[in-house]
Amino acid sequence: MSPAAEKILTRNFGLESYFKIGVYRKHNGYRAQKKALLEMNPAQVLEEVKKAGLRGRGGAGFPAGLKWSFVPQNVDKPRYLCVNADEGEPGTFKDRYILAHNPHLLLEGIVITAFAVGIHAAYVYIRGEYEAMARRLEGAIAEAYESACLGKNIMASGFDLDVFVHRGAGAYICGEETALLESLEGKRGHPRVKPPFPASVGLFQCPTVINNVETLANIPSIIEHGAQWFLDQGLPRDGGTRMFGVSGAVVRPGIYELPVGTSLKKIIFDHAGGLKPGKTLKAVIPGGLSSPILRADEIDIQMDCDSLAGAGSMLGSAAIIVIDTESSIMDVLKTVAKFYAHESCGQCTPCRVGTTWIHKIIKRMAAGEGEAEDLDAIVRLAFNIKGKTLCPMGDAAAMPIISMVQKFRTELESSLRKM
Amino acid sequence: MSLDLSSGLKKKIEEIVSHYPKKEAALLPVLHLVQRERGSITAEEERIVAGLLGLHPIKVREVVTFHTMFMQKPLGTYHIQVCSNLTCSLLGGEKLIDYLQKKLGVRIGETTGDGRFTLSQVECLGACEQAPCMMVNFNYYGHLDRDKLDAILGGLA
Repeated sequence: MSPAAEKILTRNFGLESYFKIGVYRKHNGYRAQKKALLEMNPAQVLEEVKKAGLRGRGGAGFPAGLKWSFVPQNVDKPRYLCVNADEGEPGTFKDRYILAHNPHLLLEGIVITAFAVGIHAAYVYIRGEYEAMARRLEGAIAEAYESACLGKNIMASGFDLDVFVHRGAGAYICGEETALLESLEGKRGHPRVKPPFPASVGLFQCPTVINNVETLANIPSIIEHGAQWFLDQGLPRDGGTRMFGVSGAVVRPGIYELPVGTSLKKIIFDHAGGLKPGKTLKAVIPGGLSSPILRADEIDIQMDCDSLAGAGSMLGSAAIIVIDTESSIMDVLKTVAKFYAHESCGQCTPCRVGTTWIHKIIKRMAAGEGEAEDLDAIVRLAFNIKGKTLCPMGDAAAMPIISMVQKFRTELESSLRKM
Repeated sequence: MSLDLSSGLKKKIEEIVSHYPKKEAALLPVLHLVQRERGSITAEEERIVAGLLGLHPIKVREVVTFHTMFMQKPLGTYHIQVCSNLTCSLLGGEKLIDYLQKKLGVRIGETTGDGRFTLSQVECLGACEQAPCMMVNFNYYGHLDRDKLDAILGGLA
């Protein structure tokens, strides 16, 4: 990891009107796209991204280049790119910043990706609440068409690509990639059975790549500076930077773009200014609400996919929620349980029924009518969801609940006695 | 109420449908547009949209009721949506919801008698760095406390 790692995504956030194509181009914008389209072939682009160790920024951390390589090139069907801008994982707000401040970087990443995979239509699925960000992106798309950066015969390369913005309407599950496909097709967002995977059977039954906004926004820098440069910004198997979003009981909540592998402790105490005056750290949720909780004594850890997995949690969307000692874990548990019970799409029985019962039991406990055995009941229910559903939402609901009960059982039991 | 959509909206819908290889894929964007023009998506709007996209009305109902942003009855002029997810609730969001219920004299999900405000409690809005936060229609407001809420609501026409 280079100590003086560069900011790849947020570097020019402070520049006035950077979201306008003129300003973006003045600062070397669309140079990587030009290089890819005019000096490279699709196989070379794919190879470079594969070598760069770019892992998905949406939550699963799957290598982006590998994902692209699964798309069959010998079928007589159109191929599609779906950009996941549904950003709904609680604690996460990074893609909103890219959409608002750097929409052309995203578009450049979209064009290069589409070129590498042989795609001519891309849909950006953006959460419904981000109406202002959708309008900003639509403005950027219109500018890009006018400047031959999108549309027919882009930059006189002979390559064509259309990009459309598609707004969601308020459903967490639609951020799950196969639910997103169903939703884009005009249906309820019910996740699909896998396999087949979207790479072979995706949108409109055609081969489809689905990538997160931040993932795609990293592509131009890989093409411009090369895979090795990108790896040098992060770790050998997990390249680049992450936009860590810090929220909760800290002095300076916000986005911090730092090398993959930066210490969680450093992010909280050096970058986000530590805990608010008079407050003491109790726990941290390191990668969005679905990631298992860490105790205050577990935060001396590198923020990369493998290190977090090794600690029994996950890097997820790198959304860090900081909890102080004045907040009760019972309240945290209640909020978490409410969310998953509300957002379960209802397709799989273990998730639909399990999240509802967990929420009911925790509400009862939080109202002072619980017993220690209730804690065992919710853990049992959570284990009956985990691994037993079509999509990862089951695990996403079960994991934080199991971890909170296991790590904070003493506090939870004593708060039951106090009531 | 007229069954017809404005000609401008019909034209916009035609353009949106052309973005997709299958008409029905335009359902979410079309519902957004129709809701913007008509205020809500009642059974009547569901039938209009179903007709436009060649869908059975129940397919439209399924999608409308699956999402939180399609309103089956008209809202107040200002739709106040307060986040109740983790970061916001850690920083006092739930107390703000209690305060707003008292201040406006409505419960969550209700509209004030004068039709000005509808109060909703919502899940994460993706603005946790500004917690506690809310949206009023499509505008975000963050770092809220009671004084700030009073000022924001007082400033709405």
